Amino acid sequence: MSRIPQRGALRARKTTPTFAHATPRALALAALLSTALGSAPAWAQASSSASSSADSLQELRQQLDEMRRQYDARIQALEARLQEAQRQSTSATAPQASAQAPSAATRDVPLDPARPMARQGAAGFNPSVSAVLSGGYNGLSKDPETWAIPGFLPTGGEVGPGTRGLTLSESEITLAANVDHLFYGSLTLAVTPENETEVEEAYVQTTALPAGLRLKAGRFFAGLGYLNEQHAHAWDFVDAPLAHQAFLGGQLKQEGLQARWVLPFERYVELGMELGNGNAFPGNERNRNGAGALLLSAHTGGDVGLSHSWRAGVSWMRTRADGREWESEDPNGGVDPLTNSFTGRSRIWAVDGVWKWAPNGNAKLTNVQLQGEYFRRQERGDVTYDTTDITGTGNTTDAYRSAQSGWYLQGVWQFMPQWRTGLRFDQLESGSVNFGGNTALAEDARKPRRTSLMFDWSPSEFSRWRLQLSEDRVRADGVDHQVFLRYQVNLGAHGAHSF
Amino acid sequence: MNPIRIPRSLTRHLAHALPRLPRLPRLAAATLLAAALGASPSHAAGPIKVVACEPEWAALTKELAGNQASVYAATHALQDPHAIQARPSLISAVRNADLLVCTGAELEVGWLPVLLRQAGNAAVQPGRPGNFEAADHVTMLEVPTRLDRADGDVHAEGNPHIQTDPRNIAKVAQALGQRLAEVDPANAAAYRQRLADFQARWGQAMQRWAQAASPLKGTPIVVQHKGFPYLEAWLGLRQVAALEPKPGVEPSSPHLSAVLQQLQGQPAKLILRAAYQDGRASQWLAERAKLPVVVLPYTVGGSDRAQDLFGLFDETIDLLLKAR
Repeated sequence: MSRIPQRGALRARKTTPTFAHATPRALALAALLSTALGSAPAWAQASSSASSSADSLQELRQQLDEMRRQYDARIQALEARLQEAQRQSTSATAPQASAQAPSAATRDVPLDPARPMARQGAAGFNPSVSAVLSGGYNGLSKDPETWAIPGFLPTGGEVGPGTRGLTLSESEITLAANVDHLFYGSLTLAVTPENETEVEEAYVQTTALPAGLRLKAGRFFAGLGYLNEQHAHAWDFVDAPLAHQAFLGGQLKQEGLQARWVLPFERYVELGMELGNGNAFPGNERNRNGAGALLLSAHTGGDVGLSHSWRAGVSWMRTRADGREWESEDPNGGVDPLTNSFTGRSRIWAVDGVWKWAPNGNAKLTNVQLQGEYFRRQERGDVTYDTTDITGTGNTTDAYRSAQSGWYLQGVWQFMPQWRTGLRFDQLESGSVNFGGNTALAEDARKPRRTSLMFDWSPSEFSRWRLQLSEDRVRADGVDHQVFLRYQVNLGAHGAHSF
Repeated sequence: MNPIRIPRSLTRHLAHALPRLPRLPRLAAATLLAAALGASPSHAAGPIKVVACEPEWAALTKELAGNQASVYAATHALQDPHAIQARPSLISAVRNADLLVCTGAELEVGWLPVLLRQAGNAAVQPGRPGNFEAADHVTMLEVPTRLDRADGDVHAEGNPHIQTDPRNIAKVAQALGQRLAEVDPANAAAYRQRLADFQARWGQAMQRWAQAASPLKGTPIVVQHKGFPYLEAWLGLRQVAALEPKPGVEPSSPHLSAVLQQLQGQPAKLILRAAYQDGRASQWLAERAKLPVVVLPYTVGGSDRAQDLFGLFDETIDLLLKAR
């Protein structure tokens, strides 16, 4: 239903002079680039010249295929008999081999080679199910209720160090399977400790598009940088870096459409584009038909020798906010906070890199992983200051501009099987923030920062026990010493994680 | 080289369909879509690209395809095939592959599904001719009758380390030869011929190995990881203990002590481990139980001599005979 007005708008735009002006250049560049890229692989040589003789060949080929089929069937029947005979002879002549009877929990399954059976029961069509359970203990020297990042507009969302004492983290349930021959689908539900269920990710992804292309639709974590796209249980630290908390409200997910293209090169190069509804911070719900957020990304990576591998990239996102609200204290000491809002454009650049080392590429014994990301966000628009409650003369709206940045760098070292330790350093720069006439909202420039030390133990691939110590110098009122203990276990299907 | 032409109308339609974006992203989007749609894969000439998940299948593909295929091995003998990262280099290799040759039976469950989803290559998705799983073609051993993670990292479809029995290699070769002919029909005759040639040589070698290895029959052994059931079944070795308390769980000192205790009443002759496994646990036990440790190449490339499949089994048999 919502497509109708959009298509109307689409036709109307066709006649606008700006678009007509851009078209020839768009065409030229598109054609040039695609020709250059498309012709790159040496093995992609076309065989169109042979198409004329193909018809006559076709008949021969069909006959040949028919012969081959008969031949294969006969061979397979013979093989089946041979195998049966072998099986009988081995069981007769090698009693010692079977003396070591397979353990009670296993059996040996002969397979009919003529018709390989699906090694699954009737439940094989069920999607793979996995659940991640997590919880632990938070010891915080300062009251988390008063936690805020000074110098940054509050983000809402899941930010801050969490609650004190014994806690339950989000429990995740993931169902995933191929939908049919064209699509793969995945649903991740998060059950919060407040007994609410939320859809963390729910998307459909293509599996059958040619040429390294894939499309994804639904709700998913935005491909902005490195960590944002991973589920929190795959992170190496208990919490998100400060940059994610300040610029993305913890983790950015939205509803939209994503296109990814792995270029046909020997080196990994992947381009990505996302159109999102822009409902999530730094955007907000705007009651519009069009896409609210656009995200572009490019990543590359590779191996250096047997022991090193890396990935690096840049991403850029543009979104808009329309009356994105936040609360601030009443300077006159009123009990009710003031509700201010921002309307305008928000752009984020993210640069990310990860480097992994494992001797001979065997990460089982020992390995090191270094990763870092840099974010820069620029916002431009108007801020409405809720002065009605202060002066009684109505809100004041004036121009707002900000350019702020943040980064983190972390290293994780698995020093022996099952045991890892890691160090992370986080920093934000409140940068330049201009509230125009709303000078009362301005804050001093700040560099909130945090250092975190982590130890974890993973007795198997399915459970992890973690201790994290953080020295949080984010708050304006001093240092918060934090202790986190976490368990994190995975039930069900074996997860596969991205690099 | 014949560059792929993209119809002008296609690019124009695509550019028109994305009018709500600003100019630069619109250009990028139109380019991306047009190139992707226009550049559908067509590779009549040149060798087919094969990505083998494990070195043994890379070696087998080289035997069966010769110059008709360029083979990329995703892992090597010093890596644990259970624990591989879905690295960028592997994504691009899978993206460009015509045929994927893997073990299956969940050996690659921690990384291959990610590669398949991220590579955007329809031809090698499960169920397509471009996706070959060796475990489909052999008799699986140690198929669990109950599935419980308390039993360790068990594989629902059976023990996936099928390459340690040369009879399995022969069966997989038969199926892989046919698959190569299916994926690359232009060279089908060549594949069939190479397959027949390989099977003849392999059959002779198997006879040689079986003869040489006959003294090994009934030898009691200790293994590090339960990775040798197929080798045991072939040679008639008798596994009396495993150093990993559960498959995939690192050997612990209480468990090693228990194994040492057990060996007093039920002696073994050797300790087997694969080249990629950590040697400390087997060394610990070897010193106390006065047993030799045999580091088997386990797959092609696992030792200097195991440079192809024939060398792999020559070396394996020699090492076992020497240590017995």
